Amino acid sequence: MKKSFRKWCKENIVLILGTAIALFFAVLFLLPIVLTFTNSLMSSSEIAANYGAVFATTDTGGKVFVSRTVTLKFIPDMVSFSQYFTVLLKSPEYLFKFWNSVIYVVPIVVFQLTVATLAAYGFSRFTGRVKEIIFFAYIILMLMPYQVTLVPNFLVSRFLHIVDTRWAIWLPGIFSPFAVYLLTKFMRRIPSSVIEAAQIDGANEWMIFSRICLPLCRGAIGSIAILVFIDYWNMVEQPLILLADEEMHPLSVFLSKINAGEISLAFAVAVIYMIPPLLIFLYGEDNLVEGISFQGGVKS
Amino acid sequence: MKQLVIPFRKTEKQNKPHHADKRTGKQRAISWGFLAPSVAGVFLFFVAPFFVVIYYSLINNVVRREFVGLSNFIRTIENNAFKLAAVNTMKFSLIAVPLAVVLSLLLAIVLMSRIPMKSTFRSFFLSPLMVPVASVVLIWQILFNYNGLVNDIVAVFGVDKIDWLKSPHAQVAIILLFLWKNLGYNMILFMAALASVPQDLIEVAKLEGANDFQIFYIVKLRFISSTILFVTIMSLINSFKVFREIYLMTGDYPYDSLYMLQHFMNNTFQALDYQRLSAAAILMALVMIVIIAVLMKTEDKFEKDIEE
Repeated sequence: MKKSFRKWCKENIVLILGTAIALFFAVLFLLPIVLTFTNSLMSSSEIAANYGAVFATTDTGGKVFVSRTVTLKFIPDMVSFSQYFTVLLKSPEYLFKFWNSVIYVVPIVVFQLTVATLAAYGFSRFTGRVKEIIFFAYIILMLMPYQVTLVPNFLVSRFLHIVDTRWAIWLPGIFSPFAVYLLTKFMRRIPSSVIEAAQIDGANEWMIFSRICLPLCRGAIGSIAILVFIDYWNMVEQPLILLADEEMHPLSVFLSKINAGEISLAFAVAVIYMIPPLLIFLYGEDNLVEGISFQGGVKS
Repeated sequence: MKQLVIPFRKTEKQNKPHHADKRTGKQRAISWGFLAPSVAGVFLFFVAPFFVVIYYSLINNVVRREFVGLSNFIRTIENNAFKLAAVNTMKFSLIAVPLAVVLSLLLAIVLMSRIPMKSTFRSFFLSPLMVPVASVVLIWQILFNYNGLVNDIVAVFGVDKIDWLKSPHAQVAIILLFLWKNLGYNMILFMAALASVPQDLIEVAKLEGANDFQIFYIVKLRFISSTILFVTIMSLINSFKVFREIYLMTGDYPYDSLYMLQHFMNNTFQALDYQRLSAAAILMALVMIVIIAVLMKTEDKFEKDIEE
């Protein structure tokens, strides 16, 4: 018995090693998410007792009970929904910031994809020297970090007098070249025979775009929409530079400013904030995977 | 077939639809109609102001507008905060990017091997991508606190307790957060690439007596070299975005070793020093372009190697 087990181990060394590595990383990857979730179910006194020391040292705000040790708790002593209750019913500021996030992200996703689908059709359907140069410029722009693009964004926003308004976040987001690049890559693969057939049947450009191209790209549009959504749901840099008024900040920025007196609430807010993207993930994981794979461009 | 990474290259041209040649003047006009909203927006918000940025970087101030040559650039490069930020950002990228590439490749290989519950593991590895950084920052602060779990773990190896985020080792905490967030994304890219290695290529290698190890090193790695490049570029770009994580964890004034280029930009924004801001933005754009060009050149060489 023992011997055969050993033999089995030897034969399946790859399987065992692989599973061990996968399990190890799975635990590391899930730990922060699970901890955030379980901690959101603790009462505020429990949180203060556990982590008081952490946040009393990082913040100057509110008075908290400070414990000498930091105990990382996985499971609350008593499951309590009081944090959620407070966030949802008693402290409207969090919901307000959550709403800010929604207000920024939804129009950006919708209009960036609208603008990008049109542009991608323009890029993929007709080519020319000028268009190639423009497309190349899009790629360079897409690769630039915020440190570079925020300066031009800020100058224009100031010029248009939209600094400190929502437009300063919306407009650069809507015209970001990211989705254009991906969709163009996708549309270039639509076989020309399909389009030629439509042309022979007398379809004009708009009909080819709306009746042939769009339906064929539905999957791609969905996956790019997910990528754009995550990017902006997570935004930090733009509001810091373009919105001086903290009231207008999205929850992604505001969450880090929760003061020591409210850290227990912070966990509940953190969970609420990650629910929309996680729901999208549950619903569209395959789409997302496809979108990412496509970005690498190896999918044939 | 290897339709790759940064387009505007030979492969893209082959993909050009044939019917494009037959375009008429009218069609040309229509195509610009499709492009107009995007091109106008990109021009207004990114391209045009960038010329203003270049202009600003060459004058002494917005009121007097005298050309001062490169002195703004020199002033920026010699600025201590800029130096610190540049060195820190470079250090971070030098460590984080190779780790992000190698570890995600490892995860991809593991998920491509015959282990149970592959799709579950894939979801697990991918989930951090969806979680907003702001949501896990609290946990990170707790883990890396002086009395936190990480110190308990390193204590097993006889290492003294430190307050991670306020120590010269602060970057460790951020690198781990960066990896946590980005490995899944890279892994998917690698999985797609590995799945596209043609089976007959592997068969041939087997016939020639290659073992699994050799197949991996000689056949697969070569075949996915363009993906390795793409992942490297994306990780590099993402590593420049790590300010987000640092800002959420430590606020406006982090420990010295965490002071990044975006912190420098934020502070310069607050000081409204447009000249320095512009010069810094241009310097960074140049560095990015050089890095990407070098990586692309390397990849071109690689591809030629394979063709030979």
